[in-house]
Amino acid sequence: MDLNLTPDEQSFRDEFRAWLQENVFEAKTVDELKRWQRTLFEGGWAGISWPKQYGGRGATLMQQAVFQEELALADAPQLIGVIGLSLVGPTIIAMGTDEQKARHLSKILSGEEIWCQGFSEPNAGSDLASLGTRALKDGDGFIVSGQKTWTSFAHIADWCLLLVRTDFEAPKHKGITCLLADMHAPGVTVRPLRMMSGDAGFNEVFFENVRIPSSQVLGKVNEGWTTAIAALMNERANLGTGVQVLFRRNLNALIARARSMNRSADPIVRQKLAQAYLELEILRMNTNRALTSLSKSGVPGPEGSTLKLYWSEMNQRTQQIAQEVLGQHAQLSDFDNGMWQYSYLRARGNTIEAGTSEIQRNIIAERVLGLPKSY
Amino acid sequence: MDFDLSKPQKLLKQSARDFLSRECKPERVRAAMATDTADDRALFTAAADQGWTSLIIPETYGGLGLGVVDLAVVAEEMGRACMPGPLFATIFASAAIVHAGTEEQKRKWLEPIAAGEMRATVALSNEFVLDAGVADLVLRFTDDGIEEVEGATFERTPAIDETRKLYRVDDRQSCLSEGRQDCLSSTIDIAAVALCAEMVGGMQWILDTTVAYAKTRQQFGRAIGSFQAVQHLCADMLLMTESARSATYNAAWEMTPLAVSIAKAYCSDAYREAANRGIQVHGGIGFTWEHDLHLYFRRAKASETMFGDATFHRERIASLVIDRQSSAAERSAEMLARSSSSK
Ligand SMILES: Cc1cc2nc3c(=O)[nH]c(=O)nc-3n(C[C@H](O)[C@H](O)[C@H](O)COP(=O)(O)OP(=O)(O)OC[C@H]3O[C@@H](n4cnc5c(N)ncnc54)[C@H](O)[C@@H]3O)c2cc1C
Repeated sequence: MDLNLTPDEQSFRDEFRAWLQENVFEAKTVDELKRWQRTLFEGGWAGISWPKQYGGRGATLMQQAVFQEELALADAPQLIGVIGLSLVGPTIIAMGTDEQKARHLSKILSGEEIWCQGFSEPNAGSDLASLGTRALKDGDGFIVSGQKTWTSFAHIADWCLLLVRTDFEAPKHKGITCLLADMHAPGVTVRPLRMMSGDAGFNEVFFENVRIPSSQVLGKVNEGWTTAIAALMNERANLGTGVQVLFRRNLNALIARARSMNRSADPIVRQKLAQAYLELEILRMNTNRALTSLSKSGVPGPEGSTLKLYWSEMNQRTQQIAQEVLGQHAQLSDFDNGMWQYSYLRARGNTIEAGTSEIQRNIIAERVLGLPKSY
Repeated sequence: MDFDLSKPQKLLKQSARDFLSRECKPERVRAAMATDTADDRALFTAAADQGWTSLIIPETYGGLGLGVVDLAVVAEEMGRACMPGPLFATIFASAAIVHAGTEEQKRKWLEPIAAGEMRATVALSNEFVLDAGVADLVLRFTDDGIEEVEGATFERTPAIDETRKLYRVDDRQSCLSEGRQDCLSSTIDIAAVALCAEMVGGMQWILDTTVAYAKTRQQFGRAIGSFQAVQHLCADMLLMTESARSATYNAAWEMTPLAVSIAKAYCSDAYREAANRGIQVHGGIGFTWEHDLHLYFRRAKASETMFGDATFHRERIASLVIDRQSSAAERSAEMLARSSSSK
C-alpha cells in the first residue's frame, strides 16, 4: 500500500499543471468546447489512458485520476466528448476492427466528432435487452428503423453507439448487435427533450430506414450484448472519476457560500457540511481503490456498480444539504446564477442515468455477492 | 499510488484470520463473555505469541516496529472474530507509551507488553475504562506525558458489549485528560484507527454471515436472497463495508487528524447500520441470544461512541475543513458560482 503519488505520477501532474496554466481558456458554447478538446489533443492531453498506438498517452489509470483532478483545480471547461472518450473509444479499442480504429479514434480524441450512446428506448430502459429497434440485413449492410430515447448529446453528436435487434427469434440477449451509426445519415432525426432541470440535455432519436454498412458492426453480429456490457462497464468505471471533479468544485463553493453567509458557525450546519465533506472524500478513496484493482486486473468488473451507486446517492444527499445550508436563497435563479437550484434538480437524475440504483443493487447482489437471481 | 494491501500485509491478514478461526471460535468468545472480566488468558498469550501486543512497539523495545496499516490489518481480523478481553486495551496502552512515555517508562513497560507478560489499559476519564480490572498497568495522561494510576480501585460497570468490560475508577483519583497535549490526540488517533479496523472486520463478518444465510434460508419456495428487498439490504451492507474499509486504511496510511475523523465518523454510523440490516435479514433467529449477531450489534454500539462518536468527529472535520478553507479556494469557488452551472 502506498497512497503517495509515484515519481511518474508526480511528474505527470507537474507537467500537466504547467501545461494547463499556459493553455486553459473559458469555453461554454459547443464550438468553444470543441476547441478546448482540440487544444487538449494538440497538447497531447486527449485520451490520456488510451494506448499510445491509438493516439492516446498510454497513461495509467492513476494518471488519469490525476488528470481529472488537475482539470478541476484549473477550473478547466468540461470535456464535451465524454461519451466518446470514456465509453465509445475504450470499447472500439477493445473490440473494433483496424479499420474502425483508424476511422474513429483520432477524431474522438481531437473533438472533431462527438458521440452519443443510443441504448435506451421508450420500451427498453432497465430491461435494455428487450430493445426493439430493428436492423434488417440488406446486402452488405443493415436497414435500421426504430426509436431511441434519453440520448444525451444526440443533438450535437456526429456518431452514435447504437444497439439494435438483428435476430427476432433468438432469446433477447442473443439477437442484439452493436452498430456505429452516422448521425448525419439520411433517415436519422433528433428531437431534443427538455430535462426537468430546464435544459435540453437528452433527446429522442428516430431511425427511418437508415442504411448502415456491415463494416460498422462493433463486435460480432448478434453478440452486441457483450459489446454493450463492455461499454457499460467502461461507463461506470470511468464516469466516477469525472463526476468527482464536479462534486469537489460544487462542495468548495458550498463551503465558501456558507462562510460568506455567516452560516458556518451554526453547529447543525457544521455537522451537515462535514458529512458532505467526508462522503466526498470517501468517494475519492473508493475510486482510488477501484482504480488500483482495475489497474491490476485490466477489466472493469461489476464493482463499478458500487461506485455508481455511491456517487449518485451521495450527490443527492449533498444537494439536499446545500439546500438546507443556504436556505431559500438556494432556490433562487439569480442567486449564484441559479447553480444551487440547478444542482439540486440535476442530481435527481443521477440515480436513474447509467443504470438506476435498483439495477445497481441487483447487480451487486447477484454478481458481487452471488445471491440467486431475483427474476 | 497503490491502494491495496502489500503482499506481506496480505500474508499477515491471512495468518491472523487462520489463527483466530482456530483459537477464537464463537464458543470461546461466549465463554469469555460470561465471566466477570471477559479475559481468556490463554487466548491473550497465544495472540501475544503471534506478535500482536508488539506490533507498533519499536524494535529497540522488543517490538516488531510495524506501522499503523499493519496494526489495522490485525485489528480488522480481531474485529471480525469479535475477539474478547484486554488485547485491544493493551495495544491502546502501547500506543500511549510509544507516543507519550519517557525513555524510562518505555524501557520499563514496553518490553513486558511486547512479550505478552503485561496487560495494560488507558483511563481517559474516571469512567468507561476498558479492561482495567485485569490490567497490570493502568495509565492516564498528565499535562506533559503519561503516568501509572496507582492505589486506585476499579469497579466493573456492566454494559452493552460484554466481550470487553468497562470499569469506573474511584473518585479519589482524577483521570480526566481533556484538553491535554498533542501526544494524547496522536495516541487516540492510533487507537481510533485500530478501532475502525475492528469495526470493518465486524461489518465483514456480518455481511458474510448474512449473505450465506440469505442463500440457504427458504421461504415461499425459494431462497430469501432472491428477493430484491433482501438483496438490496445486502448490497447496502457491501457498500458500507467497503467504504468503511477505504476510509480506515486511508486513515491508517495518512494518520492525520482529518483522515482519522473521516474514518471514525463514517465507521461509527456504518457499523451500526450494517448490524441493523444483518439482523433484519435473519428475521427471528437474528433476535435470539443464541445467534452471534447480537455480539456484533452490541460491539457496534460500544465502538460507535468509543474515541468520539460520529457527531464529535464531524465537528472536528468542520474545524479542520470549513474553518480553514483558504481564501484561494474561496475565490475559485466564488468564481465557479458566478460562472454557469454544471452537473
Ligand atoms: C439524465 C439522463 C441521461 C441519460 N442519458 C442516456 C444516454 O445518453 N443514452 C441512453 O441510452 N440512455 C440514457 N439515459 C436513460 C437511462 O439509462 C434510463 O433512464 C435508465 O436505464 C432507466 O430506464 P427507464 O427510464 O426506462 O426506467 P425503467 O426501467 O422503466 O424503471 C422504472 C423504475 O423501475 C425500476 N426497475 C426497473 N426494472 C427493475 C428491476 N429489474 N428490479 C428493480 N427495479 C426495477 C427502476 O429502478 C426505476 O425505479 C439517461 C437517463 C437520464 C435520466
